[in-house]
Amino acid sequence: MKKLGQILFTAASALAAFSIVGAQTPPATQEPSAPSSPTEISVAIRGEVGAPPHYAVPDFIALTSDKETAEAAKLIAEVLWADLSFEREYDMIPRDTYKTIDQLNTTETIAFDRWRELGADGVVKGSVRKTGNTFQVEMRLFNVRARSVALGRMYDNVSLRNPRAVAHTISDEIHQTQSGLRGVARTKLTFISDRDNERVVDTVETRTGKEVYVADYDGANQMRVTSNRRLNVTPSWSPDSRTIAYSSYTRIHPQIILSNVYQGTRETLTDEKSSAFMPVFSPDGSRIAFMSQRDGNPEIYVMNRDGSGVRRLTNHSSADSTPTWSPAGTQIAFTSDRSGSPQIWVMDADGLNVRRITFGESWADRATWSPAPFNQIAYSARSGPGFDIRIYDVAAGTTATITDGVGTNESPAFSPTGRHIAFSSSRSGKVQIFTMARDGKNLRQVTRSGNNTFPNWSR
Amino acid sequence: MNLRSLICICAVLLIGAAGCRRSQPPVARPTPPAPPPTATTRAPEPPEPMREPMPPEPLPSDEVAARSLDDLNRDSPLRPVFFEYDSSDVNDTSRTTLQANAAVLKKYPSWVITIEGHCDERGTAEYNLALGERRAVAARQYLISLGIDANRLRTVSYGSEFPFDPAHQESAWSRNRRAHFVITSK
Repeated sequence: MKKLGQILFTAASALAAFSIVGAQTPPATQEPSAPSSPTEISVAIRGEVGAPPHYAVPDFIALTSDKETAEAAKLIAEVLWADLSFEREYDMIPRDTYKTIDQLNTTETIAFDRWRELGADGVVKGSVRKTGNTFQVEMRLFNVRARSVALGRMYDNVSLRNPRAVAHTISDEIHQTQSGLRGVARTKLTFISDRDNERVVDTVETRTGKEVYVADYDGANQMRVTSNRRLNVTPSWSPDSRTIAYSSYTRIHPQIILSNVYQGTRETLTDEKSSAFMPVFSPDGSRIAFMSQRDGNPEIYVMNRDGSGVRRLTNHSSADSTPTWSPAGTQIAFTSDRSGSPQIWVMDADGLNVRRITFGESWADRATWSPAPFNQIAYSARSGPGFDIRIYDVAAGTTATITDGVGTNESPAFSPTGRHIAFSSSRSGKVQIFTMARDGKNLRQVTRSGNNTFPNWSR
Repeated sequence: MNLRSLICICAVLLIGAAGCRRSQPPVARPTPPAPPPTATTRAPEPPEPMREPMPPEPLPSDEVAARSLDDLNRDSPLRPVFFEYDSSDVNDTSRTTLQANAAVLKKYPSWVITIEGHCDERGTAEYNLALGERRAVAARQYLISLGIDANRLRTVSYGSEFPFDPAHQESAWSRNRRAHFVITSK
């Protein structure tokens, strides 16, 4: 009886703190949110002093008794657990250790004492209800020590086909409200894959087409974007993450194409008697830097987003390639072999003030500038027979190696928060896309089928 | 009788040799008794650099011209040139090959070709796209210097995306560092 009273009391306080947000699942990308308000910080779940809080995510409760709902309830919890562990802000308690702890068939409260015994500081409990052709998902984050609800949300119109999306949304909300951190659970990767094993058209050589793909940041929902059965290379996202620029060999010379992936439309930006590679959007999205040999030698150019106003930035008899913009768009780092070997160089966005930044490397390529507030440049550097990913700190002038010499590791691409890097690696045999934290930890394999190269992370 | 037929054979061979202006006899033909080499058969030949080479298959010109583009490219009279690691320099061997290719292009002046630049897998994928471009351009420049119209020569880089030999060893890498010639129209 004492216990029941306690539960009722907790339920009442939980209801008071609980705010229902009747919102659709937000679009895949959002502008970075404003810093947390003091109210939210005051309810932030804390762990032991000097340790991250421990979180648990038991299976969500299926409120309708069909198989689809039961599967979604389990999947959402699994995905949310993985999303929360990705940022390493919380110590995630393995899900199989609390299968029997909380049998209360409600999201209004939890068995606080049992969770406290397990060492949990935060518990995410949720429910899934099928309503017509959609799910309604409810979530509450409980502060176990304070015996209160730290966050409550209701999501209507959740797609039956992709319940993972709502898990990503919940993860981002928890990171935002509890840690003032922009999560990347709703971001996507684009890359090139030969998995379809389709023969390239218009050549007598036996060549396998390589197509543009997208996937969720965790490798789920891998989807083919192009179907031209040619070679496509060097895809990169626009700052609004709605467009992918890439080079496609649909004519004799590869041209730069914009694929508006949420509309299914495409625009060809270059129509030249020469090749154009490695398109990268400026941070404000208004311009695209790229490499072309239209003047007889590989050089860096910049053009407007619609393909107009092409301007040449480099002018050297060596090969200048692979541009990347600084976070403010005022500088461009690129690869040049003007010193005798491929090295990373930096210039102002108008092509002036060219200077070299890598000196200790025998081969350095594919610079990628981190987003603010980090001011770092990741690149791929020769390391024994293969390559490793290194991060150069522009302000400090220091360099750190974040891959471990296993296989060859190439084509680094920062996550939009700068906390993670996607790259291609031959460590598991074929070339696959991996992600890891900027300190080299938390390695995760994103692709498993065919060879996958040229990763780029949405903003 | 015997003498007369020998003279006939000699005459036919001489005319044939002069007509084709080949430096070596075709491989596949039956070999009748060789005529005694004489100074007069060699002397009228043009000086070295512009000597027309023998195409790989000793086909009459009309037969080459009659083949489809796909057939031509499958068994191309234009031979690839190979490069050193991380280099786009055209070396002596490559020059000889390019001279032979230039001769073929002069023989078939309507042909337009695409020069593909390829790299081995050891470099980074992005830099290889630039390096392949430079290899294709280097081959093109040399062909232009041999008198081939620049408008007939397009270049494209495939970087290390389409290796000819997928093995992970030097024997494959040396085959994959190349400028590869594709006849795109004739």
